[in-house]
Amino acid sequence: MPLLDVTDLRVSFPTADGVVQAVRGVSFSVDTGRILGIVGESGSGKTVLTQTLLGLAPGGQITGKAMFSGTDLLALRPAQLRQIRGAQISVIFQDPLTSLHPLYKVGWQIAEMIRSHDKSISRKQATERAVELLGRVGIPQPRQRVNDYPHQFSGGMRQRAMIAMALSLSPKLIIADEPTTALDATVQAQILDLLLKLQQEMGTALIMITHDLGVIADIADDVLVMYAGRAAEKASKHDTFYAAHHPYTKGLLESIPHSSASAERLKPIIGQPPSLINLPSGCAFHPRCTYVMDRCLTDEPRLIPVGDAGAHRSACFLPNTAVGTSDAAEATRRHAVLEGRHEQARRIAEAIAESPESESSVIA
Amino acid sequence: MSAFVDPEPGQSMITDSLLADDVLVQVDNLVKHFPVKGGGLIGRTVAQVKAVDGVSLTVRRGQTLGLVGETGCGKSTLARCIAGLIPATSGTITFEGHNITNLPRRKMQPFRREIQMIFQDPYGSLNPRRRVGSIIGDPFTIHGTATGAARKKAVQELMERVGLNPEHFNRYPAEFSGGQRQRIGVARALALRPKLIICDEPVSALDVSIQAQVLNLLADLQDDFGLAYLFIAHDLEVVRHVSDSVIVMYLGRVAESGPKQPVYETPRHPYTAALLSAAPAADPEAAAARHRIILTGDVPSPINPPSGCRFHPRCPKAQDLCGTEEPALEVKVGDVETHLTACHYPVQTGENLADAARAVRGEAS
Repeated sequence: MPLLDVTDLRVSFPTADGVVQAVRGVSFSVDTGRILGIVGESGSGKTVLTQTLLGLAPGGQITGKAMFSGTDLLALRPAQLRQIRGAQISVIFQDPLTSLHPLYKVGWQIAEMIRSHDKSISRKQATERAVELLGRVGIPQPRQRVNDYPHQFSGGMRQRAMIAMALSLSPKLIIADEPTTALDATVQAQILDLLLKLQQEMGTALIMITHDLGVIADIADDVLVMYAGRAAEKASKHDTFYAAHHPYTKGLLESIPHSSASAERLKPIIGQPPSLINLPSGCAFHPRCTYVMDRCLTDEPRLIPVGDAGAHRSACFLPNTAVGTSDAAEATRRHAVLEGRHEQARRIAEAIAESPESESSVIA
Repeated sequence: MSAFVDPEPGQSMITDSLLADDVLVQVDNLVKHFPVKGGGLIGRTVAQVKAVDGVSLTVRRGQTLGLVGETGCGKSTLARCIAGLIPATSGTITFEGHNITNLPRRKMQPFRREIQMIFQDPYGSLNPRRRVGSIIGDPFTIHGTATGAARKKAVQELMERVGLNPEHFNRYPAEFSGGQRQRIGVARALALRPKLIICDEPVSALDVSIQAQVLNLLADLQDDFGLAYLFIAHDLEVVRHVSDSVIVMYLGRVAESGPKQPVYETPRHPYTAALLSAAPAADPEAAAARHRIILTGDVPSPINPPSGCRFHPRCPKAQDLCGTEEPALEVKVGDVETHLTACHYPVQTGENLADAARAVRGEAS
């Protein structure tokens, strides 16, 4: 049984201009020890999706189910949810400066987090634990720094402190919402490295929300691509990058400047993301889709399996022959050529030629 | 965008003299220090933020110079000095042979037509209470080049050129999405047909699908109007995509500069190497195969930069010399003449900095 199993989650917000349909029927699950990447652009609903689970989306009309170790998070009363939030599911937000209280010492804030869930721990013990946690997330001289205020920390150190806080009660699930977006490249690399190391050590499940496909490529196991409040595609990291089925996923991947094709023109997705108040009919992506067909204008595609094993799902009417395993192998081969790994490319090409149906072993 | 012509070894002298005419902007040893005032009524200057501390660069006609570096490296300050928005502390900025450093307002006016800027934040850089048509028409009014119906026509042509609907002339910025607003900023910058547009993080605030649209637009405009860009971004792949040559800045100084290809493919400065290895690639196999150089610590304060080489406290290759003597920006053995590096111990081919960095951090490889 997965650690977190979300079924048909819908969240909408009534506003003066109309009802904002932020999340429109999303299902996904996360297993212990796995990293799920949720990727999407501004307004795709990726943040609302996870905040709803923690009761952090006030004013939203919520339907659906979110089973977390046997309890439905969406059916819990605020007091019950508070027991789980922080202790079993913790969150790391994008902006560490606004997530830390500016008037309290960093160590005090971590200790407070520990003590608010377990009153039997003395203040002294909690502070001791805060020192240990700060050391663990790579803050130099944690015994001194525990008495610093947030403004005395740099951006990267604040995010480390947030991670320390998120880890303080050994949660089963960590939700990281754009944790490195506000950081510089070299610091981002430090933080991703740290998150991955701690996640592996503790065997925690991690949901990584980001708009950056580079971060996903770095650390995710599975990927959920969101568009206009729905899941466009759900697949393993490998399939997402090398055998994407949904035209939106493909479009995203093609619009990123790629080192091997730097002289070429970029291939952007045409148009703008839709308003969540006035969604297009049928598939919400159809006005921007280059493969649009008649039925896309009227019917909304469901998230259905497109691969052999059923793990790869896409909400698109395009035939799934386009993503058979041989295409995956072909994609890997082309990729190997681009990267200059000609020996590997040749081996894959041979395997494709020999057994057009069962070359998945070569890819793996 | 036009490809950079890599000078052949041995021919570089000829190429240099040929290219000399191509120089649009020449910046020499530019310094910009901001005073830090102490407390009290008098507010004595107690320190200097050395935002830009001796930077030289050349922007060539119709080409794109990429400027990369992390927060606080001085790249935006440098851009604002070149655009004449803030005065330089010392050094010279030459535009088409004219020294335009710290010119008085009136004398600067004709040059402002030639140097325009596109800003990062498409929300903050457009006045929300003014109609788009009048925002884009501002340059015509200020420089008195078109009025009345002629101005409206010129604005609508510009809107069409940057992919906006000319009928939206009377709308307010709030009625446009982020990508469209950035197009408004581009139209405004383009209005007076400048020779140089300084783009300060023009696509950082945009979603990737929209980012590609704006990058393509900038490329088209460059081809059509022969524009030169000084393109500032922290996204290395974006800079690689648009630039002909690149400058890497660290704490107010140039760490490495040169044509795009050698800088990206064979970086010589350990900082460039670390930056390149740290940039997330949207490709799981490349990400797995890469030896990521994880640096220790953060960028130090530009108020009190480290002695010697400013990168030495974070550098996996640092030795005693690096802490005492500042390295000169010079050509390293085996590099093309235009590829300059400020490092005492430049990265060698095949060198594994990732392991060195791990050793510095005290972890087993």
